[in-house]
Amino acid sequence: MSTLEIKDLHVSIETEQGTKEILKGVSLTIRTGETHAIMGPNGSGKSTLASTIAGHPRYTVTNGTITLDGEDVLAMSVDERARAGVFLAMQYPVEVPGVTMTNFLRTAKTAIDGEAPKLRTWTKDVKDAMEKLRIDADFAQRNVNEGFSGGEKKRVEILQLELFKPKFAVLDETDSGLDVDALKIVSEGVNRAHAEGNMGTLLITHYTRILRYIKPDFVHVFVDGQVVEEGGPELADRLEEEGYDRYAKGAGAASIAAAAAAQA
Amino acid sequence: MTAEATTEKARIGAPSIAGFTEEGEHLVASKVDRHHSHGTQVMASRAERLTSHDVADFAVPNGREEEWRFTPVRELSNLLSDAPSEDGVLDVSVEAPAAVVQRILGAGEAPRGATLVPADRAAVVASANAGGAQLISIPENAELDAPVRVVLTGKGAGRRSNSHVVIEAGANSRGVVILEHGGIADHNGNVEVLVRQGAQLTVVSVQLWEDDAKHLAQHDAEVAKDAVYKHIAVTLGGKIVRLNSNVRFAGEGAEAELLGLYFADAGQHLEHRSFVDHNVPNCKSNVLYKGALQGKGAHTVWVGDVLIQKQAEGTDSYEKNQNLVLTDGCRADSVPNLEIETGLIEGAGHASATGRFDDEHLFYLMARGIPEDVARRLVVRGFLNEIIQQIKVPALEERLTEAVERELAATDN
Repeated sequence: MSTLEIKDLHVSIETEQGTKEILKGVSLTIRTGETHAIMGPNGSGKSTLASTIAGHPRYTVTNGTITLDGEDVLAMSVDERARAGVFLAMQYPVEVPGVTMTNFLRTAKTAIDGEAPKLRTWTKDVKDAMEKLRIDADFAQRNVNEGFSGGEKKRVEILQLELFKPKFAVLDETDSGLDVDALKIVSEGVNRAHAEGNMGTLLITHYTRILRYIKPDFVHVFVDGQVVEEGGPELADRLEEEGYDRYAKGAGAASIAAAAAAQA
Repeated sequence: MTAEATTEKARIGAPSIAGFTEEGEHLVASKVDRHHSHGTQVMASRAERLTSHDVADFAVPNGREEEWRFTPVRELSNLLSDAPSEDGVLDVSVEAPAAVVQRILGAGEAPRGATLVPADRAAVVASANAGGAQLISIPENAELDAPVRVVLTGKGAGRRSNSHVVIEAGANSRGVVILEHGGIADHNGNVEVLVRQGAQLTVVSVQLWEDDAKHLAQHDAEVAKDAVYKHIAVTLGGKIVRLNSNVRFAGEGAEAELLGLYFADAGQHLEHRSFVDHNVPNCKSNVLYKGALQGKGAHTVWVGDVLIQKQAEGTDSYEKNQNLVLTDGCRADSVPNLEIETGLIEGAGHASATGRFDDEHLFYLMARGIPEDVARRLVVRGFLNEIIQQIKVPALEERLTEAVERELAATDN
């Protein structure tokens, strides 16, 4: 059982207009076996939270802590966080020149586990995982994400999730740009990884659509860099009907009080 | 997976590099323009380029000439002068299987001078001043069980040397010849290669010069009927290196591959030019040069000329250059030129792509647990390995992989 704990997190970025605070005090606790959905309108800071957890250099933490089983995640380099068990499925996976998928997957697995995977079982594991995600075998010989469509890139992110077996998975709008079939395939991958019982999931999404396939235990609504409401899966249903408008109008005390009441 | 995977780029065999600007075309019979160039100037046909053995035919270039416009000619006055080699400035040693004939050829002694006719000032002064030429001859039907190594070692900074090597692969022979350039000198080196009927020859020219060396070279090959020629230029060392690799055909069914790998650090100028003259019908050519650049003032140049002459029906040719820019302050020039004088060809394509390895690539790999230094090595090794693995001489492949690693280690500092 592991715990990823985010406390009073404040995050800024540098813009041409100066420093801009994006996250304004976010607290979340995710435990092994739990799925937390973070929902919110565009620009509310959802992806900033994801990138900050992974350690993207663009984001500066000005206050607060992130710990993994008590270890200070913010003190770790990007690769150390991954080796500690944090996985970010990226919203826009980049194409990496010159590196084949096969070589990349093996190198990453070796780095994460601290030893090279056994060649025979590893090759089979990769092949099986690719088949389940309906990724063509010839992708193994192509360069990482090079020439992949948006949907293919997302499937390859989930392929890595299944192979690397992180303690915590952060899925940054994995559902965006997917058609229904691809959404199902990707969701099944996440559910398989979850079913192994050793992973907690932070699912960041704008839409409720993916929540039909991946069932959250908790839903947190993000507006303007803060959690304005928290609840169970029923909150997602309400959002589906009502949208984010009511938060945008009176983002503040009333809805936070409502959230507190819902939790109590 | 889906139809999405079958992109146009994949079809023409020119997978792009991430985030790279790319231009690439595939010209076939239905879509031909006679003179297709991406240079900034209107150029004469490559077929009209002067070639001559007479030094007086080539003036010292001033840098404004089309074929010299990327080259720092002011730093090359020593190499462009009509001057003999200085005493003891170049050691040449040859290691070869017993079957190989080695001999020194005097000026005008066949087969010297038949294939290589100088095409610029550097080559003509080299040719005139090289003295005896080293002949490496693989007899007919011989299949060499080990590569021939010609080791050329420069012995003094700023000191002039000229050399001429003649490589002859007899009919139906098989062999690999490695030219290893090292040490330090101002070196003008011509290489001419005769690939006889049905022969398969690989020539690898390795430039592992020390920092202040300068090296100009013209490597010309003629490939006979059904013969297969592969030329691989690997340039890692030297202050200025400019290597022209040219090939033409002497019979149908011949194939040529001109490959190159270069890695330029701060202050290095590494220039490669290739010219495939499809002067005979039904021949195949493939040109692929890949380069990495790092550090202030690192400059690489690739100019790839392909000429498909009117009579060269059934030609199949492709050329591509890819550059990977690792740091700010580098410059990669890349100019594919394709001239097609007949529409009755199998194919003619070209592509050029230059892009950079940036912080987002690094973040992606590190976010998968891969440490920074490993991530950089992974990318550059993967990128350049496509050329190294074509050499097929394990010991040399290993040495060059290590040499590339050393170049990369310099980035980490």
